[in-house]
Amino acid sequence: MDRNSTGVKAGSPSYPSGYSRRKRRSQNAAFAVFRILSIFIAAVLFAILGFIIWKGAGVISWDFLTQAPSDGMTSGGIFPAIAGTLLLMLGSAIVAFPIGIMSGVYMNEYASKGWVVSFIRLMTNNLSGVPSIVFGLFGMALFVKYLGFGDSIIAGSFTLGLLSLPLVIRTTEEALKDIPAGIREGSLALGATKLQTIWKVVLPMGMPRIITGLILSLGRVSGETAPILFTCAAYFFPQLPSSVFDQCMALPYHLYVISTSGTDLEAQQPIAYGTALVLIVIVLAINLLAGFFRSLFEKRLKMK
Amino acid sequence: MKRVLEHAVRWLLTASGFVTSAVILLIIGFLFTEGAGLFREHVIEEGYVLALNRDNPVKEMSAAEIKAVFDEDIVSWKDLGWKDIPVETFRLEDIGRYFTEAELGPQYEHAGSAIAGLVSSHPGMIAFVPESMIPQEAGLNFIEDSTISFSEVIAGPEWFPTATPAPLFGMWPLLAGTLWVSLFAILIALPFGISIAVYMAEVASEKVRNFLKPVIELLNGIPSVVYGFFGLIVIVPMLQRVFGLPVGESGLAGSLVLAIMALPTIVTVAEDAMRNCPRSLREASLALGATKWQTISKVVIPSSMSGIASGVVLGIGRAVGETMAVLMVTGNAAVVPTTILEPLRTIPATIAAELGEAPAGGAHYQSLFLLGVILFFITFFINLCVEFISSRGKVRNS
Repeated sequence: MDRNSTGVKAGSPSYPSGYSRRKRRSQNAAFAVFRILSIFIAAVLFAILGFIIWKGAGVISWDFLTQAPSDGMTSGGIFPAIAGTLLLMLGSAIVAFPIGIMSGVYMNEYASKGWVVSFIRLMTNNLSGVPSIVFGLFGMALFVKYLGFGDSIIAGSFTLGLLSLPLVIRTTEEALKDIPAGIREGSLALGATKLQTIWKVVLPMGMPRIITGLILSLGRVSGETAPILFTCAAYFFPQLPSSVFDQCMALPYHLYVISTSGTDLEAQQPIAYGTALVLIVIVLAINLLAGFFRSLFEKRLKMK
Repeated sequence: MKRVLEHAVRWLLTASGFVTSAVILLIIGFLFTEGAGLFREHVIEEGYVLALNRDNPVKEMSAAEIKAVFDEDIVSWKDLGWKDIPVETFRLEDIGRYFTEAELGPQYEHAGSAIAGLVSSHPGMIAFVPESMIPQEAGLNFIEDSTISFSEVIAGPEWFPTATPAPLFGMWPLLAGTLWVSLFAILIALPFGISIAVYMAEVASEKVRNFLKPVIELLNGIPSVVYGFFGLIVIVPMLQRVFGLPVGESGLAGSLVLAIMALPTIVTVAEDAMRNCPRSLREASLALGATKWQTISKVVIPSSMSGIASGVVLGIGRAVGETMAVLMVTGNAAVVPTTILEPLRTIPATIAAELGEAPAGGAHYQSLFLLGVILFFITFFINLCVEFISSRGKVRNS
């Protein structure tokens, strides 16, 4: 389309000579700049990933993944941190998923369109803009101090759960919004109640996209450090936690402490690379999984 | 039975619909109650007094003046509104310099009167001692202990929360550091963000787009500690070499890392806005003989300006609130920055670095919550701006 439009001969005498060549040249220059900048950013991503994979790959071993840190964190593995991160992901999912999905369903199916929905949406957007360190402060004040959970997995899970809530709500709402009204009306016309319609028709149809959103929110949770600094994370807690009121180690926090403080930064560096690699692999896996669900959903949509 | 269930579910859903609003209210409530406590705290450490000689007419000193006196930056009482007598400071640790253990008694029971006598005999002395030690009839003057003032906190030029006898809670260096590092981050990210958004929305083929989209998503997904770690290991030494800095941890390192982190937000929102630009506008422009680039720069970008602007503002919000990466690479010196190449410290980094050490309930602890309140309102304001910009865009486009 663009070729044709630029190739039109400047028939009108008001065009200065060479105008069409000049405008094509400026287009080529602009597009080249865009292309270079885009390639540059992709290169930055691959540089970061490549650097960490290259440095970290040699560190990863079965022992590294299954042993606790030893010798003042200068050797040994990161198993408690991996377990802690998985526990926190699970805990935050238990907090955020039910409430988030219900909230999204309410906004799309029940709330009267108008100020209620826009108010809730405004608040949800605001909550998603709240910096993670503020969530940390809040979690410390409410869960650790006021409710008396202490530094614990449960306090960390609640804090992280609230942090991922806006993402869950938004994806749920968006997934349900795209379901045609005719499908709901069909179900209601068959005599189903509103609840039955939502439970049997609307939610199953929206599920693939909701699940994609849930997986992505887990990815966000797995990398967060600031919210768990004061609510959960332990500098060194080599055994597995025995109850939800225990502290736990977590991968991002572990990476932070061993790369910035400790007895022997030189000796800790390989462990830091390994930890960063494990963290990246978790994030990559989550993104791939989400992408898989998305393509599954798109395929289903095409079949209809 | 069925109707009861319907109603119960309805109520449950309604309740969860307002959860985010409730959380925001709770955040404001908790942060405020902790943070506002700072203004009820006293300038001088609790339980202590600053005792002066009876002849000394000085009644009030600000926290900054007290710190300057004890750091020996102020050496004459003339600077504080009295005559030219050298200032002599006395802390409890100095007691061995003036008295022997025999004079103080085995349980230090004479220490109070000994100090009172010492201050009475030295006209220029200022003593920082526990209130309970000084006997009632000692006849000394005391510095009036006021509560921490609002203006000294908001505009105070020094952040020194662990100083004794009077900690300084001037938040200006932290606020300036936050804004400074975010400003540079956005300046770096902006050309990249807009270019990539235009490229993805308008220029790139479907194949290239399908490659770039996951790249941007991954950039968004990489945890901030990993960026911080990468910055610490790669960017910081690189900057140190390139600019010949004494320390590589600098505002610029923070800005570079933040620019990469804010980029996905800018790209995603701006690209969305450009894709939503009505097809008819585009086609009208092309039909008039404009090139694709002319169409983009003169039609598509102006008409999706509100979306692009919200992307940029959201990116600023992301940069302002980012904690871990900034904490790891900016060097954390609490000074008002003058160039981007020196270490600086941001509000989130301060909270993260110091909350673990601040005793719960103390002035330091409360000041960190107050920083949280400030940070919350900065991002709240940014979000309202985004809301305002995008709602205006909607009105114009419809």
